[in-house]
Formats: sequence, structure tokens, C-alpha cells
Amino acid sequence: MAQPDELEALTKAFSGHGIDEKSLITILGNSHAEKRRTFRKSIPHFFKEDERLFERWDDQKVKLLKHEFMRFKNAIVLWAMHPWERDARLIKEALTKGSSSYNVIIEVACTRSSEELLGARRAYHSLFDHSIEEDVASHVSGPERKLFVALMSAYRYEGPKIMEESVKAEAKTLSAALKNTDKRKHVEDEEIIRILSTRSKPHLRELYKLYKEINDRNFDEDLQVGLRLMQTVHCLCTPERYFSQVLDTALKIDAPKSTKKAVTRVIVTRTDVDIKEIKEEYSRIYGVSLTERIEQSANGNYKDFLLTLVSKEA
Amino acid sequence: MPLISSRMTLTSLGIVDNLVIVELGPKVGFHERGKEEELRAGIVIVAGWGTDEKAVISILGYRNLSQRRLIREAYREIYREDLFSELQSEFSGHLEKALTHWILDPVDHVALLVHSELRKLNPNHGVIAEIACIRSPEDLLAVKRAYRSRYRRSMEEDVASLTSGNARKILVALASPFRYDGDEISEQTAVWEASILHEEIHGIDRNLEETVRILSTRSKAQLNATFNHYRDIYNTSITKGLKGDSILKTAIRCIKDPMKYQAKARVIMIDVFIHLQVLRRAITNVGTDQEVLSRVVISSAEKDLKHIKEAFLERNNVSLEEAVAGGTSGDYRDFILALLGSDDLLL
Repeated sequence: MAQPDELEALTKAFSGHGIDEKSLITILGNSHAEKRRTFRKSIPHFFKEDERLFERWDDQKVKLLKHEFMRFKNAIVLWAMHPWERDARLIKEALTKGSSSYNVIIEVACTRSSEELLGARRAYHSLFDHSIEEDVASHVSGPERKLFVALMSAYRYEGPKIMEESVKAEAKTLSAALKNTDKRKHVEDEEIIRILSTRSKPHLRELYKLYKEINDRNFDEDLQVGLRLMQTVHCLCTPERYFSQVLDTALKIDAPKSTKKAVTRVIVTRTDVDIKEIKEEYSRIYGVSLTERIEQSANGNYKDFLLTLVSKEA
Repeated sequence: MPLISSRMTLTSLGIVDNLVIVELGPKVGFHERGKEEELRAGIVIVAGWGTDEKAVISILGYRNLSQRRLIREAYREIYREDLFSELQSEFSGHLEKALTHWILDPVDHVALLVHSELRKLNPNHGVIAEIACIRSPEDLLAVKRAYRSRYRRSMEEDVASLTSGNARKILVALASPFRYDGDEISEQTAVWEASILHEEIHGIDRNLEETVRILSTRSKAQLNATFNHYRDIYNTSITKGLKGDSILKTAIRCIKDPMKYQAKARVIMIDVFIHLQVLRRAITNVGTDQEVLSRVVISSAEKDLKHIKEAFLERNNVSLEEAVAGGTSGDYRDFILALLGSDDLLL
């Protein structure tokens, strides 16, 4: 085999999502010392020329590789977990990591059914001896605290019945609320929080439609500056689109470590729920199938596992 | 309305209902009644020949939950009517409210309480706070489920849309969370939060955001630890500082010791009764107090009623039954006394 091809293969084996175990075994495993030295000198970014004349692993790269090797293990562990424990642990992690992970809180609170969310709260009691509500209330200190506590405490009605007059009235309330105040205050607006955290999902989707009719714009477009509110509305009203966007961002080969985790999270939590609809929406938005994208960006066992989940028949 | 003899009723309607007799099952309570009378009450209600209040009270007042359920089912099978609606149309006033609430499953009863309280002209928000805070998290959840299936919307959305301002903030906060119900507490957090509470309550700001956060999300065990620390550090109970905020005071009292709260509510009302010598179905003041009495007795029957009676006796040196007997009258009194006497029901 010519050197450049092998080099390319090895580079790919180590980049993207997960590790291409087979290539590493056949190429690296089969190489003798001289070949490995060439590999160390030619592969960009992984090794540094040390002053004492040897090629040294870049520490950061080793750390990243550790995460890539663990991706498969994490996916398996998460997949085997009871959905309640899964969501409870996701929330706990998000709270510990801070505001960069708060999108996970919104995601779990808004895309699970009422019973699933309740189950997550029960599991949280067992795992951490606290309620999710109290931990969210005491750990989140910014303006989004009220919104998060409200979303986490929700036990929405899940039937199809919608109260037309309430929808109409609330569409007007929202239109007024969004026109008036300073955009940053929207996330603390009592009426907005009330509506988003207590109304049923069918009600909210109806509201979303009606808002567009009245204002000629989508509700979330008017929330441009309010990231958290926007994410909330996306998750509640257009979850397939939300998940497609998350996956697309996370599947980028050079995505940061924390963003990449979303791939495992979304695929493991949405398989058996609405992964089919997400796939359809993904193709619609990005013009390429989710399966293809995973093929391009992921490697090895991790890739195979993801593809298996994504293609499962219900 | 004249009473109609059992024999006449049975033969006129031509019903010989073994089904009913069998399904009602064994009777408990201290009064012995013949089986014909049970039948009579049922038939008389249906026939519209006048309602034998005493018979209805003596039957329903001495049945436990599963027996009441059987009665309601049997009634529906035989007469194709819901006993709930029958009681609604045949009775009125506080006795009607008490009977209709009594025939419901406890969770449906509480859901009904919340639903109707929210829709009153001047709702008593303390009732909602009481309901949210006295119950264990699992009980509150059961109430919310019953609410959803009865009214096709969630309890939280009704509380949120039918209240406003400060009351709304507090009530939605109290009614929504699913508290941790275990015994694990953090002393450190308790001390820290006791100081936060003190600062907010005695502060000039009157912005009680942290207070609401703490009271609505922490577990009861944790809160009781916090209240104890509060008392130890500041030498005063937390409720003393909350002069105007009756909703929060109610919530705190319920979290602290649900038994004491229920006995206390009764004292206030009974005193009023005794002093006013009121007639049945009199003034609004009295009406509200009978409501309180009905609500607490019905909600607690088969659960805490025994403890409430003990607490009441201890506090007032007179038994609850004596106080009720002296402060109410007529069929309503008989019904409430029946409920109070039935705490030896086999469950």
C-alpha cells in the first residue's frame, strides 16, 4: 500500500466520531517501527517534534482520542439504560456543567411525554436524593431559572382536546408581550412562561400556527435574541426540526467535544420515539440522508451502532 | 316530605333486588339497620317520592371507600343513573355538597375542590395551597391525574390561567413540583436557607422569590429541618414574619404538621358556630365554615381522621364530635357525625 493512502486512512480513522478500529488494526498493527516513525512525522497535529529529538504525542490529542474511543462505550451504556435514569443523569450532568449545557435541560423537559418526564423526576429522587425542581432552582441562577423550573415541573394534559378561545386569547397575549418589552426580559415574562410550561402540546402547536397567521412570522423568529425561549418553542412545537439541527451541527467533523456528544444523546433517546420523522425532516432540510451523514462522519463500531439504531424498524 | 314505608315501595315498583343486597356487602358502624331500609333509600330517591335523608345518611355515612364504590356501581347498573347526580338533584346546600363529595373517590373529590374553588367569584387561595402542601407528592400526583381525566386539562394550567399576580406565582409554584419524598436532608442547606428566608421575610423589599423557590421545591423533610433551624437561630417561628401573606402561611403550616393545621381550622369555625347560634343554611360566614368542616372531614376520612380527632381533643378539651354536635344541626349534623364516628371502618 502506498504511504499517502495509508496516511489518509489513519487520519480518518482517528477523526470524526468514534474510531475506525479495523483500519487501525490492519494498518498500524501491521506496521514495523520505521513505518510508525514515518507515520508520526507525517500525520499533522497528532505529534510534536520534541527538542530531545523524538516525536511526541500531543497531550490534547490523546485526551480527545480517549473520548473518541469511549464514544461507543458511552452509547452502549446510555442505550441500555432505563429512559428515566437516562434523562435524570442527563439533567444532572447538564446542571453540573453549567449554562453551556442548559439546552439539554430544555430538550429533556420539552420533548418527553408527561409520563416520561415524571418518570425522570422519580429516577432523580432515587439517584440523587433531591428533586429535579429543587436542584434546577438552586443551581440555575440566571434569568432562565423561572422558565427551567416551570418546564421541569410540568405535568401537561396529554389528550387531544384544545380550548379554542384560550388559544386565540393566548396568541394575542404572546403577540403583545413580544412587541413590547426589551427582548432580554422575555425569558422572565410571566405570561410567556405560564403558557409555555402549562399548556398541552397540541394546544401549543395550534398556538404556533395561529401566531403565524396573526403576525405573518413564526413565534420563534420573534424570539431571535432569546436563545432559551427559542429552544423551548422549537422543542415543544417542532421537535423534529430541532433534533435535525442539533444532529447536523454535532455531526460536523471538527465539532467541539461537548457538541459531539449530542449525536449519541439524540440518537439513543429518539430511536423508538420519532427517529423516523427526524430522518425525514433532516433530508428535507439538508438534502442528504441522515444515514449518509453518519457514514461520512462516524467511524468503526460507533458508526455501526448508530446506523443500527437509526435504521431500526419500530 | 312524608316517609314511605318500605313494603309499599317494593311492591309498587315490583323490584326484588337481590343484586343490590349482595353487592352492598357487610355493614360496619354502630347502628344496626335492616336491609330493606337500604333498598328503600335507593328506590325512594329514584321514584322521586321524597328523599329519606336519614336513611341516605345512615347508609352512606357508614360505608368505607370500597363499599361506596360498590354502591355507586350497583346504583348505576340498576337505575342507569350516577348516584353523584342523583344526590346533587335530591339534596341542596351544604348537605348536598358534603354528600356529593363523599360519594366521589378521594382524588376526584380533591380535584373537584380545586376546580370549583378556582371558579368562585372570590376564590379562597388558601384552600389550594392547603391541598398542594398537605399531601404527599404521590397523593398530589394522583389528584393531578384525576383532574386531567375529569376536566381534560392539567391542574397547573387551570391554576395558572385562573389566578393572577402574586397569588398565581405562589400557587403555581406550590402546585407544580414533584417533591423528593425521602428523609435525606442537608443540614448545611437548611441553615443557609433559613437565613435566606429570614432575610427576605424581614427585608424591606418584599420580593419573596427565594422564599417561594425554597418552599415550593425543597422536600418536606428538608423544609422541616430548615424551619427548626430558623426557630433556633432567630427565636421566632417563620410564620410570625409573614403577616400579610396568608397563602404562604397556610403552605408552611401544612408542610410543618398537617395534623395540627386541620384541627386548628376546625377550632376557629366551631367557636363561631357556638357563639352565633346559627340556623341551618343561614349566612355566608356560616356557609363558609360548614364548607371547611365538610372539606376537612371528607378529605381525611379513612386517613388521618383519628389523629385529627385526638389533636382536636388535646387542644380544645372537648371532642370533635361534641363540638360538631353543638355547632351544627339537622341532617347535615347527622351526616358529619356519621363520618366522624366511622373511623373504625374496616378498609
